[in-house]
Amino acid sequence: MRTIKFLLQKEFKQIFRNRSILVIIMVMPVMQLLILPLAANYEVKNINLSVVDHDHSSFSKKLISKITASGYFKLQSYNASFKDAFHLIESDKSDLILEIPEGFERDLVRENHQKLFIAVNAINGTKANLGGAYLTQIIRNYNEAIPVKWLPEAAFTQSSIIEITSSNWFNPFLNYDLYMVPGILAILVTMVGGFLTALNIVKEKEVGTIEQINVTPIKKQYFILGKLIPFWILGNVVFSIGLIIARLVYGIIPLGNLLVLYGFIWLFLLAVLGFGLLVSTYSNTQQQAMLIMFFFMMIFILMGGLFTPIESMPNWAKVIARFNPLSYMIDVMRMVILKGSGWKEILPQLWKIALFAIVLNTWAILNYRKTS
Amino acid sequence: MAEVVIKTEKLTKRFGNFTAVDEITFEVFKGEILGFLGANGAGKTTAMRMLIGLSTPTSGKASVAGFDVYHQTENIKKNIGYMSQRFSLYEDLTVMENIRFYGGIYGLTNAEIKAKSEQLIFELSLEKQAKELVASLPLGWKQKLSFSVALLHEPKIVFLDEPTGGVDPLTRRQFWELIYAASDKGITIFVTTHYMDEAEYCNRISIMVDGKIKAMDSPENLKKQFDVNSMDEVFYQLARGATRAE
Amino acid sequence: MKQFIAFVKKEFYHVLRDKRTLLILFGMPVAQILIFGFALTNEVKNAKIVIVDQAKDISSQKIISEIAASHYFQIENTIPDPKQIASAFQKGTIHLAIIFPASFNDDLMHLHKAQIQIIADASDPNTATTLTNYASAIIGDYQSGLNAKISVPMQIIPEIRMLYNPQLKGAPNFVPGVMALVLLLVCVLMTAISIVKEKETGTMEILLVSPFKPMLVIIAKAVPYLFLSLINVMSILLLSVYVLHVPVKGSVLLLLAESTLFIITCLTLGIFISIKTNTQQVAMLVSLMGMLLPTVLFSGFMFPIENMPVPLQIISNIVPSKWFYIIVKSIMIKGVGFSVIWKETVILVGITLFLFFLSIKSFKIRMA
Repeated sequence: MRTIKFLLQKEFKQIFRNRSILVIIMVMPVMQLLILPLAANYEVKNINLSVVDHDHSSFSKKLISKITASGYFKLQSYNASFKDAFHLIESDKSDLILEIPEGFERDLVRENHQKLFIAVNAINGTKANLGGAYLTQIIRNYNEAIPVKWLPEAAFTQSSIIEITSSNWFNPFLNYDLYMVPGILAILVTMVGGFLTALNIVKEKEVGTIEQINVTPIKKQYFILGKLIPFWILGNVVFSIGLIIARLVYGIIPLGNLLVLYGFIWLFLLAVLGFGLLVSTYSNTQQQAMLIMFFFMMIFILMGGLFTPIESMPNWAKVIARFNPLSYMIDVMRMVILKGSGWKEILPQLWKIALFAIVLNTWAILNYRKTS
Repeated sequence: MAEVVIKTEKLTKRFGNFTAVDEITFEVFKGEILGFLGANGAGKTTAMRMLIGLSTPTSGKASVAGFDVYHQTENIKKNIGYMSQRFSLYEDLTVMENIRFYGGIYGLTNAEIKAKSEQLIFELSLEKQAKELVASLPLGWKQKLSFSVALLHEPKIVFLDEPTGGVDPLTRRQFWELIYAASDKGITIFVTTHYMDEAEYCNRISIMVDGKIKAMDSPENLKKQFDVNSMDEVFYQLARGATRAE
Repeated sequence: MKQFIAFVKKEFYHVLRDKRTLLILFGMPVAQILIFGFALTNEVKNAKIVIVDQAKDISSQKIISEIAASHYFQIENTIPDPKQIASAFQKGTIHLAIIFPASFNDDLMHLHKAQIQIIADASDPNTATTLTNYASAIIGDYQSGLNAKISVPMQIIPEIRMLYNPQLKGAPNFVPGVMALVLLLVCVLMTAISIVKEKETGTMEILLVSPFKPMLVIIAKAVPYLFLSLINVMSILLLSVYVLHVPVKGSVLLLLAESTLFIITCLTLGIFISIKTNTQQVAMLVSLMGMLLPTVLFSGFMFPIENMPVPLQIISNIVPSKWFYIIVKSIMIKGVGFSVIWKETVILVGITLFLFFLSIKSFKIRMA
């Protein structure tokens, strides 16, 4: 047991003397939490619109002003022809073209229906979808408002209306930050814990000090514990800094019990560090360790459910996501912080992560050989 | 008869088709300074690594301090000290911190650590550098420090792998004085080197060529045997036919 | 020149011998393409919802069956009490709850006005909005069905045409982004680290003492990664065309030329980082935080740049991958020629030259 004390003393001294690690722990959370949510915004707004208005009637003009007033669209240009407007799409200056045919107002009254043409740059599918949906909705609203002015009320009394009231719970203002920040925090903790652990051990391999350790009678479990504990503590520090930033900058106050949150983090860190440990037993150079970690991190992050929902993934991807510890962490973060879930609700994720922690660490310990 | 502290019998290490260490058999006695010589690539380091529990032999038998190298490596490690070819102390810790760390790892009590570290620093005249990072020490000092740390827990045997590489002649002499002091205390020294003049300092020498031990005796006897005046010559005679150059 | 080739050969040996690293360098683009191409989608479907049907009448059942039939929704449960909705959300799997009041059908038939309540778990705002919209649309369709016999005058019918990507697949957006990401990673990170590693272990000094222009030594280190990256570009394109069915509409030659340009930009960046840093850890830090993160953020392929606050948009202009992403998108998906992307190309060349001269200057300072 005493040996662990000496190991920890050595590790902490080394960590605090290493400027770059301190930078990672202090600066990275701050930067990531400040910049990422600002950038990682999937709300669709400021869609560049080009209008080709062949009608030039007060009707069409009203429609256009209604569209621009909505806030979703930015009027980029008025073009004389579709071809002109298309050049703008080609050069990425415009996202959407609305073409109003000649005689629009006149034909609408005479023939009771008229078409409008919309062309959307659909390279970004989400943007195109939502952009098209918004535009359609605005047109529909405009459409419904017309007859009210123009036709007698009697025409409507027989129709039935279903009134829909919708409410948004936990995030009434549909604030995207509330959704992203807990998830980003999860990624942060994962990256710091995983990378630092893996690199630390591999560095000892590269430099040669690990050989000296292998010659001593230190039990390998103690050695590994001596490596896990400091980074486990560091992981907690990073997480706490992150929580503070979330509160100060984004006003996110965890709805649920902090103890539940930390309890999960403690287990999660064990799993992540175990993973870093495992990678280090398979790497001989820092370069290798870093690349391998990065490869897996990237898969974990992309398939963690932060940017795209896991439910929408094909089945084979869902299976992979089930082996991704990060996805559980992101879930729990959101559940506890935003919805106030408690121990009972996170039990399924809890024992899965515990399983990860046990498997990964055991595998790493078995892999680590003092004698080759 | 002196006590045998290291004993090997047809000890062999193979890597695939390549036989690095080829059925070496020898004994080392307590308190002696054994020079393990050979050209680069002859198999010295590989042999040593098997004896200190870093590498499992392919075949053959060996015991160190009475413990078997296959199954009792942890016990071996409790009784030996090691100084590697590549400097293995922590560059980003101070002299004192390194001493304290290894002392603790080997199970010395706090009182023992304190006493020994003071003694060590005094003997090496490192008072001024005690609180400095090891990285700031010149190479010779690092080597001496490394050696002393290897002796902290008063092991029965100390293994030194090319301890004086790249060090100036004066420092080398100082280093060997440390080795003598240890040997006087009854510690067995097992040192590999390819400096032939250092061979003269040892009680006995073994010379490895192409994985086999071609000679093992005191320097004087070897010189007489080959009818030459220096260990250089002895080595040259034996290594001439070597097929494994660096 | 012969000496330069000798150096390049040695560097190739280094790179090719590290099989593990090589595996990852080639495997990463494949993994990314597969993930982006097949796993990631912003589409919402099979979202689990709960229904609180207090009416249990003809109308509510009809609407519920429409919802159940839709592939957007998966009705997980019907719960009797709206109070249980909160805990359903807290368990984390339910996104939406739809409540039908007890008098639903009666209200609809006799008062011609009835209410439905939709409660969304807005911790995920986009999904909440989308699901609410989908549910509203289904309910709206039902309403139209009720009113079908009454003709509604003056209907404006919008016709939407999706350009370049009519099936709204994610791939056309992601593939150019993956290219930028992978090239950047391999070139910047690997180059920087491999050069710094030599500095750390001291072998750099030996090279510098050789009768050889030092800068050429460093450039020789970058060359293997140039070839590696070109192979990666090909593999991404092949995967894209044959596995994701996203063809290259424009000129492949132009694409390869621009890719080579971007690769050189990244290599120069890697070299610059290696000159400025001294340990592998720091080089990695700078490359990851300094290069990778901005690339993912500011190139525009994961998150739309126009959503970002203006200062961030300005920063995005100095990120080379942003320009490359535009170039690749234009050539690959839109099929345009050089005339449209010459501006972005010039910017990339400018960035490269700038980095190159900066590197040489820093290098000379180091040596002096």
